Order: sequence, then C-alpha cells, then structure tokens
Amino acid sequence: MTESRDLDNVSDDTAPGEESERESIAGGIRGYAIGLGLAALLTVASFWAVQTNLIYGPGIPVALIALAVAQMGVHLVFFLHITTGPDNTNNTLALAFGVLIVALVLIGSIWIMAHLHHNLMPMGEMLMRQR
Amino acid sequence: MSGGHKAGGSKHGDPNKLGHGEVPADEQGPAPKRIVVAYGFWIFLLSDFIMFAGFFAAYAVLVGETAGGPAGRDVFELPLVAWETAFLLLSSFACGMAGIAAFARNVRWFQVAMAATALLGAAFLSLELYEFTHLIGEGAGPSRSAFLSAFFALVGCHGLHVTLGLIWLTTMMAQVWAKGFREDILRRIACFSLFWHALDIIWVALFTVVYLLGAGA
Repeated sequence: MTESRDLDNVSDDTAPGEESERESIAGGIRGYAIGLGLAALLTVASFWAVQTNLIYGPGIPVALIALAVAQMGVHLVFFLHITTGPDNTNNTLALAFGVLIVALVLIGSIWIMAHLHHNLMPMGEMLMRQR
Repeated sequence: MSGGHKAGGSKHGDPNKLGHGEVPADEQGPAPKRIVVAYGFWIFLLSDFIMFAGFFAAYAVLVGETAGGPAGRDVFELPLVAWETAFLLLSSFACGMAGIAAFARNVRWFQVAMAATALLGAAFLSLELYEFTHLIGEGAGPSRSAFLSAFFALVGCHGLHVTLGLIWLTTMMAQVWAKGFREDILRRIACFSLFWHALDIIWVALFTVVYLLGAGA
C-alpha cells in the first residue's frame, strides 16, 4: 500500500495539522490568510484593551483572557486544522484531554497556593517570632 | 446491511467516508504512517502544553513575590512585545505557506517560505534576547526575585523551544534540498509545522498572561 494522500480511501481519519479536504492550493492559502487576519485582529484588540480607558477597569483581565482563548481557537482551526469534523475526532479528543490536564494544573495550583498564602502568616512576622 | 443505509457511501451522502468506502472498518489495516506519526507528535505537543501549564502556574503563583524588586509594570515594554507578537504570527503564516508548497511539491516556494519563517522566527528571538539582556543589565535578572525567576523560566522555556524549532527548520530545508519531497521527509515537515504553530499558540497565552495582564491590568 502506498502512503500517498490520494490513495488513502481506506482511512477515514485526518492527521493533526492536515486539512481534511484541500481542494486547491488557492483555497489552502485563503484559509491561512483568513486565520492570519482573524489572529491579527484579536491581537490588536488585546493590545488596545490594555491601553484604552473605554473598558471598565476590572473587566480588562476578563476581556484579555476571552480574546486570548478566541485567538488560540483561531490558531487551532485555521493553522493546525483541528476541527469538529468526524474525521478529526481522535485529534479533538486528545486536545480535550490535554486541555483538562492544563486546566487542572493551572486552577489547582492557583487555588491551593492562594489558600496557603491566606492561611500562613507573613514572612516578616514569622521571622520576628522566631527570635 | 438492511434499511436505507447506502453501502459504499456515495460522495454526497457520506463525504467523510464514515461508511468506510468499499472496505468495512474491521477489515481495514492499520492507519497510514502519515496519520500515526502526526498523531503521535500531536500527543507530544499536548504533553508540552501540560509542561508549559506548570510554568504558567508557577508564574501565576509567584507573580506578586517581587521581594522589593521591580514588578511587571515596571519592566515590561509593550511595543517590544507587540513586535515580537507580529513577527511570530507572520512566521506561523509563512510556515503554513511552506506546508502548502510542500503539498504542491514545489521546492523553490517551499525553500522561500521556510526561509521567511526562519527570518521572522530569528527576529522574534533576537528581540527576546535583547529584552533579557536589557533586564539583566538593569539588575532585574532571574536571581532578583521569585517573580523574575518565574518570568525568565516561563518566557525562556518558550524561547528555547523557538531556538530548537529554528534548528529543526534549517534541517528540514537541508533535507528537502538534498533529498526532495520523500514520504518520510513530508512527514517530518508536517510534524515541524505542527510544532511551529503550537509555539505560536503558547505565545498567545504568554503575551496575554505575562505581558498584557502584567503591564496594564
């Protein structure tokens, strides 16, 4: 069996990073161009959100994180070609598991360290009492 | 099969060949090597994301521990970060163009796009090195405070990935130049472009969490 893309009609999966149906070279370039445009737009929005006075102060971190998540999604779809299509199930499920572990590590660390920080006495006071 | 299920799957009713074309699922061989290799590399990249999550968590925990030294808003230069972001994003786009050139088996455009990817990546890296040496020169090196240790570890780890990616990139250019678009080399190109795009995803998290949240909000 050859490993050429054209002959793989026995397989119904798409490799990560591979477009499931690339009709033409122009179509492929257009996909990357759309991704580049969207990513640039979201990046500019992020840098704008920090410097503007239009957004309510405490809302800025939320806006920044929302923009970052959106941009990561754009990168995944347009650059890495991870989609929700049925030929992409394996790739998406692996990604979902990765996201789960990343979320556990991040939220768990921040949560437990904030509690420890809250429950421990400040370093200066601790040094005072040790004298 | 009974009922209205069309065996063989016509082009229109079953575009993703879930009816598996002419071959039933249990009679198919293993997945093509191209899928196995890329999937394995995808798993590696996800584990790399998890490693970065550890560095991000350390940074988030230690961001306030400045030990009387500079905080993020004192040392971060957003224009520099904006240029870094632009270089890395364009580099990712150029890498996509290289992938399309490889798909079209066009050696010249592949080499041009890969060279553009390398130059933009190198521009990113030199800006990052400038920032690091500048910070260390100001006495804000990694040994100054826990915040700066976590900052250098996180950003430096990403920079190290970009450096390794640049070495890999030039290796791929040389391999295509010497051996052409062989099947195994095409698989390596696919893995490289996954790696390069993944680095850009990590940079998005990085410039948001470290620089924008640190400097502005």
